[in-house]
Amino acid sequence: MPYGHGVKDPSYRKRTAYHAMLLGGMATLVSAVLVMGDNATRDTIALRQAETLQASLEQVIPPELHDNQLLDDVIVLPKDASRSRPLKVYRGHRNQAITALAFEVVGHGYAGAITSLMAIDANGKILGVRVLQHSETPGLGDKIEIQRDNWIRSFDGRSLANTPLSSWAVKKDGGQFDQFTGATITPRAVVEAVQAGLEMFERERAQLLAPPAVTEEAETPSPAEETPS
Amino acid sequence: MNRQRIKYLAREGLWDNNIAMAQLLALCPLLAVTNTATNGLGLGLATLVVLFFSNLVVALLRDIITQEVRIAVFVLLIAGIVTLVDMMMNAWLHDLHKVLGLFIPLIVSNCAILGRAESFASRQPITDSMFDGLFMGLGFIAALVTLGGVREILGQGTLFADAALMFGEGLSVIELTLIPDYRGFLLMALPPGGFLVMGFLLAGKRLLDRRQQAQAEMVLQMREAEA
Repeated sequence: MPYGHGVKDPSYRKRTAYHAMLLGGMATLVSAVLVMGDNATRDTIALRQAETLQASLEQVIPPELHDNQLLDDVIVLPKDASRSRPLKVYRGHRNQAITALAFEVVGHGYAGAITSLMAIDANGKILGVRVLQHSETPGLGDKIEIQRDNWIRSFDGRSLANTPLSSWAVKKDGGQFDQFTGATITPRAVVEAVQAGLEMFERERAQLLAPPAVTEEAETPSPAEETPS
Repeated sequence: MNRQRIKYLAREGLWDNNIAMAQLLALCPLLAVTNTATNGLGLGLATLVVLFFSNLVVALLRDIITQEVRIAVFVLLIAGIVTLVDMMMNAWLHDLHKVLGLFIPLIVSNCAILGRAESFASRQPITDSMFDGLFMGLGFIAALVTLGGVREILGQGTLFADAALMFGEGLSVIELTLIPDYRGFLLMALPPGGFLVMGFLLAGKRLLDRRQQAQAEMVLQMREAEA
């Protein structure tokens, strides 16, 4: 019984070599097409992703705080004991002084990782937090999204200095942040992630606040410690 | 390729042999994404594109593919097409890709596509296979949107919410709030709601089919009696 469109099955098709060549040829062909597709789309994809990132950065860093392109000044913190991947920190500055830092923080919610973008000023005060990606329960945990609820704004203006360590928790755990009806794990995860972000800033302060590399070298002082708040 | 054949393929794909409602294939993506009609439509469109092209390519190559290695070749072709669709959507339909991105690689494992390659495209002429892919895909979209729509209305009181986010501002007119001030019925948005609604939809389809069959039998009996 021949396979395919009722044609007579030639004998060479029964050889193992034909099968191997068929499979190899197909793999080569598909790979070639994919390489072409990748070439055609790679630049556009990078551009779109940069636009998306830019849009999220603009949501957490007010425009009057910086006069540089946020995507241009990036510090990459290497991975260490506290993080499993290198962390990119986007810096906003005005008149050569660092005014804002934005970076991603990850919390572990009810249904996996919750990735948020948070921005702080040079004193470690929160400018804004936005959830970028999560898979929390629709209708319960998704109140962390700005489109659905204002809860995420409760971080604005807080810092480790004005909010004691014991208050960085949801109210159920004795802290200062609201939980949602039927969902405690989700806001708890976001609060913990934001707090960890602030602590990271305290640890890496010197490096993160180092003056931006500029063309006018005379303006910038030696990379000494910034004045602590 | 005559009209009757196209009609037959359309009926097969849309109703009689519908991927989700009759073959009961691809239930995993079906139940996972259909918490809103918009999500269902998005995944449905992506699946339609993949199904159409995989049927086309498999039908083109059907005479050189042999029985022994056919499954490996089909999977290779489908994976290639899905990756290509994924890259192109990421570049040119970026907003849609942000919402659906997670589900597109899953189309590779959508058994319905391999199923059509194996049972139809590898045995039929190219035009037939293209129409089969088109109608099977449309049937799958219909199932996804129906299921998503019912779950969204019961779960959130809206229909096609956020369609503008996915398909552009022009489509904001189809966003409807059917039940204002609805408190929400969470069960429908969660996977169990998917199973429940799917069960009722299947029962409804069976009921319609049975009634049609009974009518056809009655006509037959009347004709026999007349004779």
